Amino acid sequence: MVRATKVTKRFGDKRVLNRVDAEVEAGGFLLVTGPNGSGKTTLLRVLAGLDAPTSGQVLLPDRATIGYLGHEPHVYRELTPLENLHLFGRLYRVPERAERIGMLLERFGLWDVRDQRVQTFSRGMRQRLGLCRVLLHSPTLAVLDEPFNALDEAGAALLDATLDVIAPVSAVVLATHDPGRVERLATQRLAFA
Amino acid sequence: MRFFSDVAALARKDLLIELRAKETVPAMLLFVLSALTIFHFAVPAGASAKISIGLLWTAIVFTALLGLTRAFVPEREQGVFDALVLAPSDRSAIWAAKALSVLAFLGLAELVALPAFGLFFSGVGWHGVAAFALADIGICAVGTLTGAMAVAGRARELILPLLFLPLAIPVVAAGVGASIAGGGKYLAFLALYDAVFALLSWGAFEYVVAQT
Repeated sequence: MVRATKVTKRFGDKRVLNRVDAEVEAGGFLLVTGPNGSGKTTLLRVLAGLDAPTSGQVLLPDRATIGYLGHEPHVYRELTPLENLHLFGRLYRVPERAERIGMLLERFGLWDVRDQRVQTFSRGMRQRLGLCRVLLHSPTLAVLDEPFNALDEAGAALLDATLDVIAPVSAVVLATHDPGRVERLATQRLAFA
Repeated sequence: MRFFSDVAALARKDLLIELRAKETVPAMLLFVLSALTIFHFAVPAGASAKISIGLLWTAIVFTALLGLTRAFVPEREQGVFDALVLAPSDRSAIWAAKALSVLAFLGLAELVALPAFGLFFSGVGWHGVAAFALADIGICAVGTLTGAMAVAGRARELILPLLFLPLAIPVVAAGVGASIAGGGKYLAFLALYDAVFALLSWGAFEYVVAQT
């Protein structure tokens, strides 16, 4: 599904990743932990195909099958949840788009605010919408960088339940400061010092 | 067909965002009207029409630069560029849609600027109008590419003018020539510039995205 071999990433003189190996197959769950600035986000961006490594090899699936959530929810603030998801649904050629969008908005508790602009949302609501966007096209590789950030307990429980559903069939790479939350799902672990 | 439907969806999104945020077009209008007003008082009465036409082109190029500076702000602020780049659509659709929306904003600014110029100085002839229409296409095509190059950099407000303005020199030269002397050769040059730089920008966008 995704394989990184001896991946090194430098930003100028600073080496952020040093010959990192990682491989996740469908049904695999790679849990990435480490302190701030240790390279978690950089590794996840490389594994999502957003950044190229300075050296080493990365084998990625087709980008249509990748779902990525970074530190931002990657949605337009001036648009509503419906407009955002319809835009990305079009770009990802999601079949039966309206039904899929409705189901996700219902699941993440955003159906009642589907016509409100995202700029009026709290950070946690935007994070929920970001998760809807990631799951919209049913990715077979989900790359999630601190997905529990800003979520309240109800939102975190929804994400827990969603991960329980997708983890057995998709490849998941998840970075978190709270590994206990997803420890039950992890099939592999990568701890940065 | 998929390419055009993606371009339409992305351009519609840009227009909707501008309709709601009302940030770019009002700023462009205010800038171009302010610039023309300043030129009106700065240029002595009875000055050559060649000077005033040159000033109009200068005002339009910097108005376009203002629009281009704002072009990728919605994508940058919420990290949406990452999500767009990962979508399985042709990445050059992002460029085409953004160029079309900036073209619409610039066209709106010119709809106000050209009559205002006629009020302050003298009217712009049909050759001039045709030159602006052709120049807009080239400016938006190449400006959107340079805007995408600048969006990833820390000093993006500095980088965009440094990349864009040298590439706009031929457009201004031919545009002023068409506005003053008329004649098909300047318009033909602008059309050729549009074709060449639109193709180059379309082809280069994928590479630019991969590098940023």
